[in-house]
Amino acid sequence: MKTPLIEVRDVGQRFRVNSGLLEKKRQVVAVDGVSLKLMQGDVLGIVGESGCGKSTLARIILGLLPPTTGDVLIDGQDLSKLDRKERARLVQPVFQDPFSSLNPRRLVRDIVALPLHAQGDVTSAEMRKRVDTMLERVGLDPAMGDRFPAQLSGGQRQRVAIARALVLRPRIVVCDEPTSALDVSVQAQILNLLAELRREFGLSYLFISHNLAVIEHVATEVAVMYLGRIVERNDTASLFHAPKHPYTKALLASVLTPEPGLGIPETGLGDAMPDPANVPPGCRFHPRCPVAIERCGREAPAITRVGNGITECHLITSM
Amino acid sequence: MTAPLLEIDRLDIGFGPLSAVRGASLQVRRGETHCLVGESGCGKSVTALAVMGLLARNATRNAVSMRFDGQELMGLDEKAMSRLRGDRMAMIFQEPMTSLNPAYTVGSQMAEVMLRHRGGTRRAALDRAAELLAKVRITSPGMRLGQYPHQLSGGLRQRVMIAMALMCSPELLIADEPTTALDVTVQAQILRLLADLQKDLGLAILLITHDLGVVARTAHHVSVMYAGQVVETAPVADLFANPMHPYTRGLLSCVPVPGKVRPGDPLGSIPGMVPRVEHAFAGCAFRQRCDLARPDCAGTIPRRDFAPGHDYLCQIEPAALVTA
Repeated sequence: MKTPLIEVRDVGQRFRVNSGLLEKKRQVVAVDGVSLKLMQGDVLGIVGESGCGKSTLARIILGLLPPTTGDVLIDGQDLSKLDRKERARLVQPVFQDPFSSLNPRRLVRDIVALPLHAQGDVTSAEMRKRVDTMLERVGLDPAMGDRFPAQLSGGQRQRVAIARALVLRPRIVVCDEPTSALDVSVQAQILNLLAELRREFGLSYLFISHNLAVIEHVATEVAVMYLGRIVERNDTASLFHAPKHPYTKALLASVLTPEPGLGIPETGLGDAMPDPANVPPGCRFHPRCPVAIERCGREAPAITRVGNGITECHLITSM
Repeated sequence: MTAPLLEIDRLDIGFGPLSAVRGASLQVRRGETHCLVGESGCGKSVTALAVMGLLARNATRNAVSMRFDGQELMGLDEKAMSRLRGDRMAMIFQEPMTSLNPAYTVGSQMAEVMLRHRGGTRRAALDRAAELLAKVRITSPGMRLGQYPHQLSGGLRQRVMIAMALMCSPELLIADEPTTALDVTVQAQILRLLADLQKDLGLAILLITHDLGVVARTAHHVSVMYAGQVVETAPVADLFANPMHPYTRGLLSCVPVPGKVRPGDPLGSIPGMVPRVEHAFAGCAFRQRCDLARPDCAGTIPRRDFAPGHDYLCQIEPAALVTA
C-alpha cells in the first residue's frame, strides 16, 4: 500500500482563552481526535461552519501550530521532527484574504522570492528567473513583480499568493478558503488556475472551504467537520449524492444553488449554535439534530464505516 | 398592476472624478423582493445608500426622480428624510457586529428606534422589541433585551438587526448582503425568515447581493449591475432561463452548478477587469471583456426589450444574442 502524503493521526487541539476580566479561563476544543489521509494527487476538501476547527486543522498540517495531542506525518515523516526548510519544501499555504496575507511593504517579486530566499542556496539570478517563470505561470505579467500588493486587484493578489506557494515546487498546497474573498468571476479564474497547476505540477491539495459548490467542484474526497470532529468523510460523489450524517444532509440542503423556483430550503436545524468552548455531551451535534434520539445526548457515537467512507452517528450504527 | 412603492428613475452617483452609478433605474413593489446583483464596486450598495439618504458627504447624487410611495425623495431635506428612515423604510447591513452599538443593550437600541419615531413610553417600546425578537424566532426574548451585541452569535445578531428594522413596521426593507457573513445553514434560516415576514407584512424588499444562489431563491425581479449601470432587468425565472447581456451570461457561467458543470471541468470565467469609469466615459463598459464586442459598442448603447419586464443594455439585438 502506498504511503499517504499526509497522515493525521488522532490530532487534538485545545486552547485556553480568557472569557472576561474576572472570569475563569475557559477551554476551547478546536480540534478533537481527528484522523485523515491525503493520497498523492488527490484533493481533500474540508467543509464545515465557522468555529468547526477547519482552519486550526490547516495550521496544524502546515506546522504552524503544534497539536496538543496526536501526530501528523508528511510523506511518512513526523512533521514535528522536520525543520522549517524541509517543511516548506513539502507543504505551502494559500490563505483566504490576499489583502492581509501579503506584506504591503514588499514588492511582489520579493514576496514570491521569499520562500527561495529562506532556503538560502539559490543565486539571485536563478531566483529572478524562477520568480518570473512562476509569475508568468499564474497568469501575471513578470513586470507586475515590480509593483506593491496595493497596486493589484484581489484576483491578482491571490495569484501572487499562489506563485509564492508554488515557487519551491512543494508537493502539497493547503488552500484555506482561497476564493472566499473574491468576486464570482474572479473565483472561477482562480479555481481554474488551481486545477491546471495541480495537473501540471502533480500537486495534492488540502482544500478548506465553507462553500459546498466549490468543494464539490474541486475535491476528490470530502471531510465534513462539526465542532472539532470529522462527522463524515467519503469520496465526493458519494458524499454529495448519498450523505449519511444528519449534519451533512442539513448542510447540503442549505446550499442555495442558482436555480430559481426551488425556494428557500428548510434546514430542520435547531437554533442552538455550536460553541467550541462548551461542547455538548454525547454526540456534539445532538442539540441541533432534527432526528436525535435519547441516546445521542448521553453517549458519543463511534466511527462507522459506510461504503468507502466513515461517519459518526448512532442512527447509522443501528441501521 | 399597483404603482411601485419605490421607483428610481435614472440615478447618478459620483465621487469626485469617478462615476459610481450611471442612470440606474429600478422599481420595487409591495410584497416583492427585488434583487440587485453585481460584483464589488458595481454600485449596488451606494444605490441603496442613496435611497436612504445615507451617502457620504463627498458623493454627488442626481436623478430624474426617486419616489417612495409617490413622494419625491430628491430634494427632500435631512429632517424629512430622517422621519422616513427607520420608520417607513429601514435598512439592514452585512456585518451586524459593526452596525449594532456595542455599548448599548439590544433592548435599548431597539427601543430607541420606536421612541424616536413614535414616542410613547420606554416600557411600551421594550414590549414591542420583545414581540419582534419573538417574531424573528429568537428564544427567550426577555433575556436577550438585556444582552449586549457581543454576547450574541452572528446569526442572532442579524436577527436582532432585522427585528430592529421592523420596529416601526416599515413598508420598504433594504437589505445589503444580509447573509454574506453567515454560515450556510444560518443563511437559509435568515432568508426564510425574511420571506415569511414579507408574506405576513407585505414588505417590499430591495435585496443587495453578489450571490446568484440567493438571487435565484429569493427574488421576484432582478437587476444586474455592472460598472454603475443596470445592464439587465428581468423576472427571476426569465433571467436565469434567458440571460441576454453578455455580462449576465458570463456571471452565470462562473458559478459551479451541480449537474451542469462536471466536477473538475473548467468553469466559465470573465477575462480582464472592470474598467475605471470617469464622468466622460462613453460606450459599453463591458466591451473590453466581451466576446461579442463590435466597433459600435464604443458608441451610445440602447436599452433593448426582450420580453415583458425583461430589458438589457447592449448594442446587440435579441435575435443575434439568442443564437450567439
